Amino acid sequence: MSIHTLSLFDLHEKFTAGAVTAAEIVRAYGLRIGQVESKVKAYITLAKDTAVGQASALDASLKGWRKTLPMMGMPLAIKDNICTEGVLTTCASRILGDFVPPYDATVIAKLRAQGYLLLGKTNLDEFAMGSSTENSAVGPSRNPWNLQCVPGGSSGGSAAAVASDECAAALGSDTGGSIRQPAAFCGVVGLKPTYGRVSRYGLIAFASSLDQIGPITKDVRDAAFLLGAIAGHDPLDSTSADVPVPDYLKALKRKDLKKLKVGVPVEFFAEGLDPEVDRVVRAAIQQLKELGGEIKEIELPRTDAAVATYYVIATAEASSNLARYDGVKFGLRAKETKDLLELYMKTRQEGFGPEVKRRIMLGTYVLSAGYYDAYYGKSQAVRTLIRQDFEEASQNVDLIVTPVTPTPAFKFGAKADDPLQMYLSDIFTISANLAGVPAISLPCGFSQAGLPIGFQLIGRPFEEETLLRAAYAYEQSTQWRAKKPVIR
Amino acid sequence: MEITKQEVEKVANLARLALTDSEKTAFAKQLSQILTHVETLKQYDTTGVEPTATVPGQANVFRADDVRPSLSIESAVANAPESVDGFFVVPKIIEDRQPL
Repeated sequence: MSIHTLSLFDLHEKFTAGAVTAAEIVRAYGLRIGQVESKVKAYITLAKDTAVGQASALDASLKGWRKTLPMMGMPLAIKDNICTEGVLTTCASRILGDFVPPYDATVIAKLRAQGYLLLGKTNLDEFAMGSSTENSAVGPSRNPWNLQCVPGGSSGGSAAAVASDECAAALGSDTGGSIRQPAAFCGVVGLKPTYGRVSRYGLIAFASSLDQIGPITKDVRDAAFLLGAIAGHDPLDSTSADVPVPDYLKALKRKDLKKLKVGVPVEFFAEGLDPEVDRVVRAAIQQLKELGGEIKEIELPRTDAAVATYYVIATAEASSNLARYDGVKFGLRAKETKDLLELYMKTRQEGFGPEVKRRIMLGTYVLSAGYYDAYYGKSQAVRTLIRQDFEEASQNVDLIVTPVTPTPAFKFGAKADDPLQMYLSDIFTISANLAGVPAISLPCGFSQAGLPIGFQLIGRPFEEETLLRAAYAYEQSTQWRAKKPVIR
Repeated sequence: MEITKQEVEKVANLARLALTDSEKTAFAKQLSQILTHVETLKQYDTTGVEPTATVPGQANVFRADDVRPSLSIESAVANAPESVDGFFVVPKIIEDRQPL
């Protein structure tokens, strides 16, 4: 079996056993990237030359003695909104086009301490704002299953890189579905941890009360393995939770759903859901039942409010977070401006793309005098109602099962001219961010056209183990992961 | 909710964002559509509901006020568009005074 088709965990076991060297791993992935990257365009920056040096240093240090750490020698791709010291980090924006962070994000510091290999930084919608990577300043990534379709977004580069075996696993970030939606579109696994489970320090902020870093992987075991490597409390992120990190791999031992109650929210199977997605997700629910899960219909009555609530809160926070891009301390600066005000205005005009501008405008509007209570205040209150929906549901069920997206991956340009339609397609993923609960997306079938379809499991706060246990039981009882895209 | 081009200009100024005329027209239309959708939130009764600013709902997080390693001046200004001797350079912001 070729190195690049192995799962992260299998590769780790081979590396630990001494059956493969770090140099061989980097060489294998370098070849794979060389074969398919010109078609997939998953990466903004490739770091494989640096990885070659790191790999040989690692191999030399391990000579004759193999005590390895979990991510040692593991070739990973990192979304380009996560700071990597000394490696270009652009957020797919002109305004950060030449930004080289002077420090590592906490997740990167953790991976680096374990001796991981950075293969490159992956493409995204500018500042993680979008669902297709079409908002990237360097152009979109492509869906490995059909190069005419979007890979999803915003972590589209990470999902495409994992699906096309251009890395062993990747990190993404999820503010309203940006890990789970591209994972579903690309036929891989994406996990958004509980808010506070993973440090956000060094994640370039979009909407601070919603953002969370998480793994995008080839299978569920890899998601458990990588989550364990990045989770935990961090004094540098005051919103990170001081909750012990369990051994997530142990959660996979029970390959059933016995004694688990699984809720099916009626609101998520309403009009607008593509019939193919509906059929495939319902088949997955049947499978969860056969694995011992007790299926119950539940209600999340405020689901209809999620998109509106999200786009007020997320844009309000973004308009504040993105105020720092002023052409002074880092990033782009407009030339030939007559005073400081014009320098700000023109730098931001030249540096931001249309979607980022639209969201800054919307966020500024809902926070402005006279509208704050009607929009921002109202949305924060409705957010409380949405959280209450989940709290009430969690008293009756252990997990909630839903579709990830209303349709499989769409073609380039299909929604690019209608921002509201693009926003509405986030309906199934947004609630988990507003409620701060963990959720995982995993493959459960294909459309007639051969595009992957995923389903979502949503859990209680800090109960990623239950999510992973159920997801793994489902995955092991099906064969979806055996099918790989033919990239052409 | 109808957003006028004048309102777009006002908000753009608050956001320190220069816009072209066609951007102003497009944003007036798109923001109107999006805010019309947001208005659907009115149907939810939020009387007496506490707003959620952040999910953990935690109080302030404190740490000891100790001196810790931080970025060197050199690396702090390394990404600046313009710097001199470890300082960020900006256009002149204080007007010349008229001689008395």
